[in-house]
Amino acid sequence: MAEKEMTGSKDGEKHTGYTGAKFGMWFFLMTELIFFGGLFLLYSVYRSTYAADFHIAALDENIVIGSVNTVILITSSFTMALSISAVRKGDNRLSAWLQAGTIAMGCVFLVNKYFEWGDKIGRGIYPNSTLMMQKKKGEMLFYSLYYVMTGIHALHVIIGIGVIGAMLLLTRSGAINSGSFVKLENTGLYWHFVDMVWIYLFPLFYLVT
Amino acid sequence: MEDARSHITGYKTYAYIWACLLLLTGLTVTVAKINFTGFSVLICLVIASIKALLVLMFFMHVRYEGAFLKGVILLTIFTLTAMIGLTFSDVWYR
Repeated sequence: MAEKEMTGSKDGEKHTGYTGAKFGMWFFLMTELIFFGGLFLLYSVYRSTYAADFHIAALDENIVIGSVNTVILITSSFTMALSISAVRKGDNRLSAWLQAGTIAMGCVFLVNKYFEWGDKIGRGIYPNSTLMMQKKKGEMLFYSLYYVMTGIHALHVIIGIGVIGAMLLLTRSGAINSGSFVKLENTGLYWHFVDMVWIYLFPLFYLVT
Repeated sequence: MEDARSHITGYKTYAYIWACLLLLTGLTVTVAKINFTGFSVLICLVIASIKALLVLMFFMHVRYEGAFLKGVILLTIFTLTAMIGLTFSDVWYR
């Protein structure tokens, strides 16, 4: 590893180390983990304090949309992982298609989220609405956490779609290839992380009532 | 680190992991419908953690990474657990 990665680390040259790039991504993901961890901590403390209210509020969640979105996101993670193996085996064409599929599934996830939020907002359930202000404190907290946590998660999905889109162009142009694929790998790490956050959001908001 | 860089996970391995993740999703939905009262939360979180571990180990390739990266990840998870644990020691025994 040393020889090859040391080249390019001189002043004024581009840093191209594989290990460095990957660790950089992982360190970023660890800060993301702590960031989401704080929100999960908030959720669990309020849940234990207002157990009954959380129970009532969670009954309102649509398990079908939640489950469908879980399957979509897991499948998109699967195609993302496949796209990296494809590039490494030299099949850029297949990889590009798999990345396009990942983007498409990310978009479907967001469309479902749009309908889900739209339905709630249509029924007057949104922060500071008249209906919300009449609800119990725990229910208000549940919906607030629901909007903040799924909202920030959705923002991550949007960013992920953008980055995969850029990778798709690089894969098609050949800038990402079987010899240089760390950008795609790091994008994959990000996408899988976003999937992992959803793996926890799904049971906490939709299932555990 | 050489391992992580040279190891290419086969399509089949990913397919198995994908199938496992879908099965576990089905399982967690089924479990949530049966009411185990107090245990429901715990069971759902255990299933979610198994799923997260599968994603981490295979999709995110951690299984083939070196000890340093594994250590950093463990340390972060430990920090998060400590944060949550210490907060709850306050919430529960206040």
